[in-house]
Amino acid sequence: WRRPWIRACSKGKKGLKRKATAEEPQEAAVAENGAMESGVQPPKAAAFPPGFSISEIKNKQRRHLMFTRWKQQQRKEKLAIKKKLKKEREALGDKAPPKPIPKTIDNQRVYDETVVDPNDEEVAYDEATDEFASYFNRQTSPKILITTSDRPHGRTVRLCEQLSTVIPNSHVYYRRGLALKKIIPQCISRDFTDLIVINEDRKTPNGLILSHLPSGPTAHFKMSSVRLRKEIKRRGKDPTEHVPEIILNNFTTRLGHSVGRMFASLFPHNPQFIGRQVATFHNQRDYIFFRFHRYIFKSEKKVGIQELGPRFTLKLRSLQKGTFDSKYGEYEWIHK
Amino acid sequence: MAAAGARWNHVWVGTETGILKGVNLQRKQAANFTAAGQPRREEAVSALCWGAGGETQILVGCADKTVRYFSTEEGRFQGHRHCPGGEGTFRGLAQVDGTLITCVDSGIVRVWRDNDKETSSDPLLELSVGPGVCRMRQDPARPHVVATGGKENALKVWDLQGSEEPVFRAKNVRNDWLDLRVPIWDQDIQFLPGSQKLVTCTGYRQVRVYDPASPQRRPVLEATYGEYPLTAMTLTPEGNSVIVGNTHGQLAEIDLRQGRLLGCLKGLAGSVRGLQCHPSKPLLASCGLDRVLRVHRIRNPRGLEHKVYLKSQLNCLLLSGRDNWEDEPQEPQEAKQVSPEDTETDELWASLEAAAKRKLPDSEPPPGAVQPRRRKKQRPGSTST
Repeated sequence: WRRPWIRACSKGKKGLKRKATAEEPQEAAVAENGAMESGVQPPKAAAFPPGFSISEIKNKQRRHLMFTRWKQQQRKEKLAIKKKLKKEREALGDKAPPKPIPKTIDNQRVYDETVVDPNDEEVAYDEATDEFASYFNRQTSPKILITTSDRPHGRTVRLCEQLSTVIPNSHVYYRRGLALKKIIPQCISRDFTDLIVINEDRKTPNGLILSHLPSGPTAHFKMSSVRLRKEIKRRGKDPTEHVPEIILNNFTTRLGHSVGRMFASLFPHNPQFIGRQVATFHNQRDYIFFRFHRYIFKSEKKVGIQELGPRFTLKLRSLQKGTFDSKYGEYEWIHK
Repeated sequence: MAAAGARWNHVWVGTETGILKGVNLQRKQAANFTAAGQPRREEAVSALCWGAGGETQILVGCADKTVRYFSTEEGRFQGHRHCPGGEGTFRGLAQVDGTLITCVDSGIVRVWRDNDKETSSDPLLELSVGPGVCRMRQDPARPHVVATGGKENALKVWDLQGSEEPVFRAKNVRNDWLDLRVPIWDQDIQFLPGSQKLVTCTGYRQVRVYDPASPQRRPVLEATYGEYPLTAMTLTPEGNSVIVGNTHGQLAEIDLRQGRLLGCLKGLAGSVRGLQCHPSKPLLASCGLDRVLRVHRIRNPRGLEHKVYLKSQLNCLLLSGRDNWEDEPQEPQEAKQVSPEDTETDELWASLEAAAKRKLPDSEPPPGAVQPRRRKKQRPGSTST
């Protein structure tokens, strides 16, 4: 006794068409023996008991066959619906309703109430008197110290060198196993404004700690997708000593404002447009993409860009109030 | 408008920019109150406490060593008082019998006479508690008893009416298993109701219970939680457990009978600066550096009730302990309208009103009915007009 619906599909569609005539008498014979109620019809319309799913078929080949048949049917139906809609739209002509906007992750996002309103006085006061106020009031100019975790490997060292060419007025120092808490008072006494520590794991840089020095917040980022200069295709010549322009994209929430200001305070105020260099921090879905380009205006509206310099993505792990103190410091925001 | 409804605010929060925010959870509104009309970072609020006479007055301790008086009935600051002495911000503020008790970072505790708020007379009493104070708390049952503790400053209980020596001075625990001295860092203190016991939470992740009534000066119970310093603590309504918060925004309920963790509360993303439980309802208000005020329900079921984004970093909070969470309808305004001097004009108006009512019986609703005021849901953090 064999279940008639399996026999109906076992030969495949081509097989069924070829052997339809041959099979029918066989099936009829089988039907007399086996269950009558399952409708032994021509192979196309096989009746399945309710609650049957293709995944219950134990035989892989037959299961695959059933699945491909089902998929082709679904595709056909979808195409038919699309065609019908298109016809209807053409028939209506001008009166057709506007095309619906496709749903994207950015469209479907829940409104974030922490997005900063540009006219907000409270936030404006907060920013005017926070730790970066002295930079934004042009009272201090940045001086950066770049270092790594202990015993860095080649990639990390090269990344530090390249970063120091990108960020003006920055100095790279070798970390000789010194504790950050001891480095920080020394930096403050030598008038450094920011400290960047590139953390390394298994010969690749994977973390970045950015600490604003006199008393400022410390941001800890996860760094990924690091590309050094020689790994960037179609790149331009090495960056010059000109001060680059900065682009900060999508730092809209209150936390984004704090982080954006941290990045802005790394670079001196007056960009030298002669150098035509620009550093971009683009925030999208909480990932910050860093790129360094040289641009040239070919005409009024056409721009050409060459990517120079290193490229990496950052994701904020925590923002700590005060200089680096991961054990006893108070955190303003932690990724949870 | 916000000033008129200020008495119905459920939570009062002090910020680092000097703004006192009143949050009404029923209407989902937050209003800003500043003494000078502009936020000022020099007036960063470091301590809040209820003033005399129920919950009608709030004492706001600012970073410039002034204590400002805020009236919730009128919704504005009434006066301020300069409380000099010592260095650092206020770590504790309390009021008893018309006197004001202040404690600053450097350990000077002063008791001031609470007359005509503008005069800064000499303090009635001054105590030196020791440097590095993190908290001074007043015993709600015995208002003249305060406890102080801080970084390398052991817990001491002082009786302000008694002698200059502390009533109870805690002793440090024994040296640890490496025979090293265990450091002290008492971040928050609470008095347990119904007995003389105190609970402290430390920056070294410990929660300790002390009993001055027992001969032992060392802690009676010690429990540890988490990996980060505990910054704030509050007692739950039943009095058997405390809820602590740490610098990572983790809130945990710890049972004081066994010293075990009962459960955690999720949601905070920044360091917890202020915690307070409601005296009868299972509600917990928490505020922190992530600029959001959260109200959690502690049991059946444990979870977040309200979340309000307030744009500045929040330093301390006061939760109203009243039982009815609803606003009172416009009764106070109607009560004010009747004044004894206008009886003649009242009779005149009464006769006119009666005539008007005879003509148009259906136009007006009866005056005594509660008119529900439908307000548009305003965004929290809107400034008061």
